[in-house]
Amino acid sequence: MSETPGISPLSADDQEPLRVVLAKLGFDGHDRGLKVVARTLRDAGMEVIYLGLRQTTDSIVAACEQEDADVIGLSMHNAGHLTLAPRMVQAVEEAGLGVPVVIGGIVPAEDVTVLIEAGVAAVLGPGASTEEVVAAVRAAVARQSPVR
Amino acid sequence: MSAPSLDELFESARTGNRRALGRLLTMVERQDDNAVMVSERAHRDAGQARVIGVTGAPGSGKSTITGRLAAVSGAARPAILAIDPSSPLTGGAILGDRIRMDNNVSSSTFIRSMATRGHAGGLAVAVPDAVRVLDAAGCDPIIVETVGVGQVEVTVAAAADTTVVVVTPGWGDAVQANKAGLLEVADIFVVNKADRPDARGARRDLELMLDLGHRGDWRAPIVLTTATEGEGIDDLWSEIERHTSYLHHSGELIRRRCRRRRSEVADRIELGLRDRALRIIDDQSGESAMVRVERHELSPAAAAEQLLATLIPDNPPKE
Ligand code: B12
Ligand SMILES: Nc1nc2c(ncn2[C@@H]2O[C@H](COP(=O)(O)OP(=O)(O)O)[C@@H](O)[C@H]2O)c(=O)[nH]1
Ligand SMILES: [Mg+2]
Repeated sequence: MSETPGISPLSADDQEPLRVVLAKLGFDGHDRGLKVVARTLRDAGMEVIYLGLRQTTDSIVAACEQEDADVIGLSMHNAGHLTLAPRMVQAVEEAGLGVPVVIGGIVPAEDVTVLIEAGVAAVLGPGASTEEVVAAVRAAVARQSPVR
Repeated sequence: MSAPSLDELFESARTGNRRALGRLLTMVERQDDNAVMVSERAHRDAGQARVIGVTGAPGSGKSTITGRLAAVSGAARPAILAIDPSSPLTGGAILGDRIRMDNNVSSSTFIRSMATRGHAGGLAVAVPDAVRVLDAAGCDPIIVETVGVGQVEVTVAAAADTTVVVVTPGWGDAVQANKAGLLEVADIFVVNKADRPDARGARRDLELMLDLGHRGDWRAPIVLTTATEGEGIDDLWSEIERHTSYLHHSGELIRRRCRRRRSEVADRIELGLRDRALRIIDDQSGESAMVRVERHELSPAAAAEQLLATLIPDNPPKE
């Protein structure tokens, strides 16, 4: 993914906590999973910037820029993932952010490959373990900026 | 792709580029080698912005108030720095202040969440630098939200020109012990959640406390707010403006900022000394001293005196 001209990634330093933006896009009130994930990632030593419900791609991009986040995590339960997730990936690309988008929630198996092809870094579902959630986020960041 | 120079980053940040500003803040937050350069560069242009601290117990409504304040300030580019504690066990943190702000602020408000990151004194050092960077980028006012009223918070309150202390009805029972500390830092009191019973009682308690304790020519006003509804926020902003002009006219602004920078330099020296102290204990002279401490030939205090003399030559060990 391309960087905005002029601003390059910081030198990698695995001493620094990963900064994760967590949000729900659009009209979807299922935030229980997102809260669980927030605690899981905090307990894994990450800094979670919790945006909560009713976010837009614009508000998420803005938060990412201001917070200098390393990764975006979205939780989706309203069957809107096939439109919303690719839209998020595209918004990130347009902003030149270069951060991966990880998704969890209710995504039917047959949609997972579609989303991955659309540029989503990972898709997790109900019952994903603490370890799986943490590993997916770490791997997504590592793949995006291998130095880290 | 070449890395942008600091000047380029600052230039972009000044024109409102969120990413450039976000990146600069990360640099000072990390307190690495870049941080000193960023701080240096920022300090040249800083000193313009009004810095407002908002502090109080968790859940008292600081984030809601802060977001509303940024909105009513009418400023072109307000900034919010929201600070939350890192978990001492894992180093992680949940930074949830934006939830209470996003709905109220305009897109020109720059919000940054910051975790304390646990390193001793780290907060005290990183926060003034972050404020400096926001200031140099042209943000004004800069509102700093910090949790609680205790030791760390008093340090952070010292980073602001105007400190707003938020309490809620029933606060008096909760912070019985720390009333003196509250008086010390508060320029303005807010009784938030005035929609709840006994907000007037809370105000009365504060008035009593101020009658007994207040010194100097500024008596902290008390503002009742219902932040979720935006009630009282205009009054709060007026009081902040009144305090700002008091600071200017009384000369207190210059004194405060001067005191602030003194303590910042002192904090820096303390951190640097501690680093060197740890290094010197591990080098040769330190090791031989430590061996003698282990053999009970030298007391820890005497060893420290000896080693301190090698750090600061004009402080010879007492015989
Ligand atoms: C609890 C629940 C509710 C609660 C929500 C409470 C809340 N505040 O969250 C209430 C009762 C309000 C509710 C309402 C509705 N619900 Co409901 N709800 C559920 C239910 C039973 C459990 C969801 C849950 O909380 N799971 C527990 C959490 C921990 O699991 P999770 O969210 O999956 O998260 C895990 C992983 O997915 C992953 N993960 C999740 N997010 C993220 C993010 C990242 C970054 C990462 C890395 C990982 C990750 O990690 C988590 C830990 O393993 C599900 C059924 C189900 N089996 O999932 C239906 C379900 C989600 N609801 C559904 C529906 C349709 C609704 C309603 C529209 C109407 C209705 N039929 O009740 C309303 C809509 C409400 C709204 N405003 O949006 C459907 C959705 C269908 C779909 N998407 O195709 C489901 C699947 C039920 C079903 N089988 O029909 N619901
Ligand atoms: N009833 C009432 N609730 C409020 C008021 N202001 C804030 N709250 C609620 O108090 C909770 C904590 O608010 P928040 O701004 O996050 O507090 P902080 O932890 O001090 O930053 C949230 O649920 C707010 O909606 C108020 O004036 N009245
Ligand atoms: Mg808060």
